[in-house]
Amino acid sequence: MFRRGWFLPIAAALGFTFLYAPIVSLVIFSFNENRLVTVWSGFSFKWYGELFRDPQMLNAAWLSLQIAALSASIALVLGTLAAVALVRFRRFRGRTLFSGMVSAPLVMPDVITGLALLLLFVAMESFIGWPRGRGMLTIVIAHSTFCMAYVCVVVQSRLSDFDRSLEEAAMDLGASPVRTFFDITLPIIAPALVSGWLLGFTLSLDDLVIASFVSGPGSSTLPMVIFSKVKLGVSPDVNALATIIIGIVATGVLIATIIQLRTKPKKARA
Amino acid sequence: MTATHDPTIPPPRRLKPWNAVERGLAKVGISGRMLVLFAPALWLLIFFLVPLAVVFGISLATKQFGRPPYSALLSTEDGTVQLTLHLSNYIRIFTDNLYVAAYLSSIRIAAISTVITLLVGYPMAYAIARADDRWRNILLMLVILPFFTSFLLRVYALTGFMRGNGVINQLLGLFGIEPLVMMQTDFAVYVGIVYTYLPFMILPLYTTLVKLDVSLFEASADLGGRPMRTFLSITLPLSLPGIIAGSMLVFIPAIGEFVIPSLLGGPETLMIGRVLWDEFFTAANWPRAAAVAVAMLVVVVVPIMLMQRAQSAVVEK
Repeated sequence: MFRRGWFLPIAAALGFTFLYAPIVSLVIFSFNENRLVTVWSGFSFKWYGELFRDPQMLNAAWLSLQIAALSASIALVLGTLAAVALVRFRRFRGRTLFSGMVSAPLVMPDVITGLALLLLFVAMESFIGWPRGRGMLTIVIAHSTFCMAYVCVVVQSRLSDFDRSLEEAAMDLGASPVRTFFDITLPIIAPALVSGWLLGFTLSLDDLVIASFVSGPGSSTLPMVIFSKVKLGVSPDVNALATIIIGIVATGVLIATIIQLRTKPKKARA
Repeated sequence: MTATHDPTIPPPRRLKPWNAVERGLAKVGISGRMLVLFAPALWLLIFFLVPLAVVFGISLATKQFGRPPYSALLSTEDGTVQLTLHLSNYIRIFTDNLYVAAYLSSIRIAAISTVITLLVGYPMAYAIARADDRWRNILLMLVILPFFTSFLLRVYALTGFMRGNGVINQLLGLFGIEPLVMMQTDFAVYVGIVYTYLPFMILPLYTTLVKLDVSLFEASADLGGRPMRTFLSITLPLSLPGIIAGSMLVFIPAIGEFVIPSLLGGPETLMIGRVLWDEFFTAANWPRAAAVAVAMLVVVVVPIMLMQRAQSAVVEK
């Protein structure tokens, strides 16, 4: 399997163990009956039941899902437009500034993004009276902004390695640029759009720091609730929640990989 | 997708209104491409660039009671507009040992963690790049999977692992080894950063390593180069863009990290992200928090530019 003796396989195996051991132990202990997370006293679904009876947790989860879906969708549109501009428009005024603005949110520390947006929202409210207060709307705006950078990177890589002659053929046959985009370009970059949206969705669902800055009273997202619980100490229902999330994500990624593996050989032959 | 088009309407007719709009806009000097550019550019201007300017502005104000809790920069008095700028926040940051120490220790923690992540991630990325096709996709999926699971929950998983009565200490107990104190130390913060940022290191490294031409290694081996020599004089230099990109993707966010030091670190683990958080949420000193953010931005700008250069180098290849 590997060309270079024993070092690489062992290093890789250790690395993957490091990545997965904590997650596996978290999943195992979510089925632990004992309140002390690390002392095993029997198999039980108790904490899952507890989780679904906790209104604070459920409300936060629902709010987070709504925010994630909205932010991912806005980010998808804006990120795709930005990617098209960066890949297709070779030269335009302010290109350096534009590409800098698009990719900087990728590495901007969360505390800065959060604080900056909060200060903006407060300043805007006192100058133009919008947005009135802070809550779901402000979180969606903040999340869309940083998710857009991720969508743009994903779509950009797909756009830059596809065969442009397909588009040229469509235009030669009389299709307008807009029609070409919807009939040719969009179906081709669709996989990138799907993964871009999913990436935005999970990033938004995951964010604690930015949401803490820009949310208002009564709009606590799921990570904010989890953080306050975890800060107070161990809570087995967080293990249960983590197991559910990991289960959903693992299934999703697995399905995506299988689809990718099935479609790839066909394209290579074509 | 194509099934939704009504075949009875000839395409040229449908295009006419669009063409007219396009021609109309072209007369005023607006092309279709400008519209594509306009929406994301405007959004980023308002919600990314302007906020940074606002942070800079408010860092020059002082804390006061009321809403908003900072002094106004511009005030009108007897018909004259007055601009009041306070440098007190910056003076405080540069003279108070707490802030200086927090900056230095953030950079130190981020740098050490980045080196460890590189040392752990490089062999993994190399192994994935050299694996045969079927394995490669599975291994890549295994790298990406944790990235999609919640960051917060992964840090939480580590606390369960390293706690005093956690999994590691229970395992050590089986061999009769005394439990180790790992939580609430700088060591836990290093482990946390390496653990959560590892995929960010592996993916760019993998992208550069997988593109390397295998015939280069064969040529080197044919010419008598030992594996180590081949690695040092061919593989390593050629994978430099990946090393830079991966390192920056770990180093920059790690400097401003808040969740990891606050859940895994002890009270003496000083990191600037945590200082900013406390300044804002605990002390409610918005201008001071803004000044801390501006100073952090200055620290982070050089690595960001380095990363963009490395990134464009990867894209060009």
